[in-house]
Amino acid sequence: MTAEHYIKESCLITAAGIFKNDELIFDNEGLQPSEFLLAAYKGLNLHYPKFYKMDVLSKLGWLCAEVLLQNGSLSAYQPEEIAVITANSNASLSADLNYAETISSIASPALFVYTLPSIVIGEICIRHGIKGENTFFVMDKFDADFMVEYVSGLMDGQTTNACICGWIEALGDDAKAVLYLIEKKETSREFTVTELNKD
Amino acid sequence: MDKLILELKEHIIEQLNLQDLTPADIGDDEPLFVEGLALDSIDALELIVLLQQQYGIKLSKAEDGPKVFASVKTMAEYITANKA
Repeated sequence: MTAEHYIKESCLITAAGIFKNDELIFDNEGLQPSEFLLAAYKGLNLHYPKFYKMDVLSKLGWLCAEVLLQNGSLSAYQPEEIAVITANSNASLSADLNYAETISSIASPALFVYTLPSIVIGEICIRHGIKGENTFFVMDKFDADFMVEYVSGLMDGQTTNACICGWIEALGDDAKAVLYLIEKKETSREFTVTELNKD
Repeated sequence: MDKLILELKEHIIEQLNLQDLTPADIGDDEPLFVEGLALDSIDALELIVLLQQQYGIKLSKAEDGPKVFASVKTMAEYITANKA
């Protein structure tokens, strides 16, 4: 079967480093997730003061999207044409636990706002001016079949012509994000289950 | 007052996670919202928490907020006037 949608760009962030289209662009020299994300933010010379205020999940997703879209990849689209579909298995549990710790004294509003996994999508949309469809799914593990079917269904509709999709997970010492920019224009990487399962 | 203003700037940087700033980057009379530091509504809540945690002051009237949180200097003046 010929794919109708294609991967234009991809970004993978793991404990090993940050990879843009499978090429290492920022190495991790053994730092824990929160320290590594901060080091990468500074090392990649990014400027977005709100980054410091985000929880680890939002920092991870925001940074992944920043690298994914750093070549102005969305400029051909209207804000309403771009969708963001992401998933993970622990929702916002890391932020939930941090917030729970503050409840015994004075609950922190700044921590409370990150106690939903979909907030990371909001951070990405605010940064890149995206106003299209967006959903954050919580599932046991990354389900490439589901992601391809759901995103393809969206892009077969009338409004979505580009989609950022993937997995954003951060809990404790474990953090991994992989985002793809999916378009209808043909590239060398087809948007298929096989391709998504490589990461 | 100068000592309180410096201390307040340090608390604001820590409480609001403004890690790319130093106290010297924040002007005493610089607006905290809209212009200047461009803080948002969540930051306003954090400043209320800061007053309560660090100085034991509860902002009793919400309508006083814009005046109290206009700048670091106005915050320091409010703390000085209301500290037990």
